[in-house]
Amino acid sequence: MPDANGTAFRPPEADAQGRFGAFGGRFVPETLMAPLEELTRAYKDARRDPAFRSELDGLLKTYAGRPTPLTYAKRLSESQGGARIFLKREDLLHTGAHKINNALGQALLTKRMGKTRVIAETGAGQHGVAAATACALLGLECVVYMGAVDVERQALNVYRMKLLGATVVPVMGGTRTLKDAINEAMRDWVATTATTHYILGSVLGPHPFPTMVRDFHSVIGREALAQSRKALGKLPDLLVACVGGGSNAIGLFREFLPFRDVEMVGVEAGGRSLAPGEHAARFGPGSVGVLHGTRTLILQDADGQVLPTHSVSAGLDYPAVGPEHARLAELGRTRYVSVSDEAALAAFHRLAETEGIIPALETAHAVAWAMEEARRRPKSATLLVNLSGRGDKDVVSVARREGVEL
Amino acid sequence: MSPVNRIGRAFAKARTSGRAALIVFVEAGDPDPGTTRRLLPALAEAGADVIELGIPFSDPLADGPVIQRASERALAAGTTLPAALSVLAGLRAARFTTPVVIFSYVNPILAMGEAEFAHRAAEAGADGVLVTDLPPEEGRHLASVLKSAKLDPVYLVAPTSPDARIRRAGSLSRGFLYVVSRAGITGARAALPEGLAALVSRVRKQVPRLPVAVGFGLSTPEQVREVAAFADGVVVGSAIVAAMEAAGAAGRDPVEAAAALVRALAAATLKV
Ligand SMILES: Cc1ncc(COP(=O)(O)O)c(C=O)c1O
Repeated sequence: MPDANGTAFRPPEADAQGRFGAFGGRFVPETLMAPLEELTRAYKDARRDPAFRSELDGLLKTYAGRPTPLTYAKRLSESQGGARIFLKREDLLHTGAHKINNALGQALLTKRMGKTRVIAETGAGQHGVAAATACALLGLECVVYMGAVDVERQALNVYRMKLLGATVVPVMGGTRTLKDAINEAMRDWVATTATTHYILGSVLGPHPFPTMVRDFHSVIGREALAQSRKALGKLPDLLVACVGGGSNAIGLFREFLPFRDVEMVGVEAGGRSLAPGEHAARFGPGSVGVLHGTRTLILQDADGQVLPTHSVSAGLDYPAVGPEHARLAELGRTRYVSVSDEAALAAFHRLAETEGIIPALETAHAVAWAMEEARRRPKSATLLVNLSGRGDKDVVSVARREGVEL
Repeated sequence: MSPVNRIGRAFAKARTSGRAALIVFVEAGDPDPGTTRRLLPALAEAGADVIELGIPFSDPLADGPVIQRASERALAAGTTLPAALSVLAGLRAARFTTPVVIFSYVNPILAMGEAEFAHRAAEAGADGVLVTDLPPEEGRHLASVLKSAKLDPVYLVAPTSPDARIRRAGSLSRGFLYVVSRAGITGARAALPEGLAALVSRVRKQVPRLPVAVGFGLSTPEQVREVAAFADGVVVGSAIVAAMEAAGAAGRDPVEAAAALVRALAAATLKV
């Protein structure tokens, strides 16, 4: 891989146990071990099968709307007076976010494995909608677990899932957000693996999920790399993406990893403050632990109890981060920052007003940090932001927050 | 099956008297540490041969609603791993001798440090350790530090486990091997799963060296009687936790409620 200072970076690959260095693995009840091994084999087999790949590529193109464009955010960039900001437009995909890339891939895999029922967890509702959509398209039964708090703040997506024929189960346990939805989906899955596939929605959970979900999203970076070369004549200087579990971020980063000159920044939810329970910034106050089947950075107390989190965006409101991100950070290849609720909300408005694009609140975190960073860099520099989703789902809650009657 | 310690001796004693060992699961600190202090001796008195002491965890993904609620009550009253170990240490100091298996999710153990945990659990008087979300692949290090601390690592096998996995779990385990009766989470069920006796005999064939205990979903004396016919040990958890919860809600003593149920279960462990 050509770059100014010599050798290419070797992107981490999970070993046979699913470990990225000290991160990842499979920390699950014994009952799930054999089904996870079966899933790993099925996925490996599908990945090598040209028929599977071409069916997925076909759906991504003719159904989901790939490739997504690269948009130069001219007015936003000029208002910052520094680097040029480009947007990878995953918000233009069917269902409104990158999540459909993975949902279609795993739904096809479900059929291939001969399973008829799908379960999924969702925070913002975008993954739930994507899973429900893929299941409607492929004729699979779909049950989505969603924390009761998120059911409330993402009411529009709850109704969309129902329209798509899915059953939405509100989860009343724990903190009633994404983490508890994953607990409940896992509880379902332990009992139902014979008929059911769990379409996990981010690069989280036990092996092979972090690898499989990443692979299904890598199309983002593959397109962006070719598009950058075409539009800029070179690669961008810096990639920026929000990080909940980390699927849209790794999807963008992955293909660029070998090119050491391309910097990469993941943006976490800084919430109300960096006090415990008030944010979801795992890099920083987080420490190594095990949650939902994987060893990674998590927010926990001294006794290993997982801490509650807060973010204005349901999709970033989660106490663990994907293990490959933890590994990449350890290797110094990527770095992670956080952005407050307030800054994300300001960016939500700003992108709408300057570019005519209303971003998802999750995505607004990446936009907020990129705006700041653009100001610190020269006009010759280029930033590429993954515009992971559109903000339609958030319009009602932002209006409510700002005291606007709809 | 050479009985090497308290757990081994408890199984051996049950076997000599023609019974399956009764293994009782309760959540440490549910609803408070004082209750657990009274509870463990009462369970032993009522006929529990081995006690599994559950460590409360914020994200109990292998547990059904009954144990989830117990975990929430215990955490609300401040019981985490160190507090649970100190309750046990207090009981051992007062000559409580029933074998105790610490039953935990892996994260509280990692937070303490695996070696530190093994040391403190042994010092507190634990006899074995079972970690719900730690399969053999990830559990090798813990198994070795537990063995050095003279604690029995206990692994689970499930209906989904192929023979090779059963052998691997058997080779890492001491004291006994825990057979999960059905694919699913903890919680009482009305009926025994089909093929349970066959599962147990498959496990025995792979791991002839260890006693085999069966748990998950067992709640009534009838079920205990049925399983005692073909297993060396029978585990009852959610039913006891639920009885305590109901007693507490009705203003009765949860310890007495648990003891009454354990007496009925113990009477059903005789092999027929
Ligand atoms: C639009 C959008 N972006 C980002 C995320 C965060 O997930 P991840 O970090 O896996 O991309 C979500 C999750 O719901 C989302 O809906």
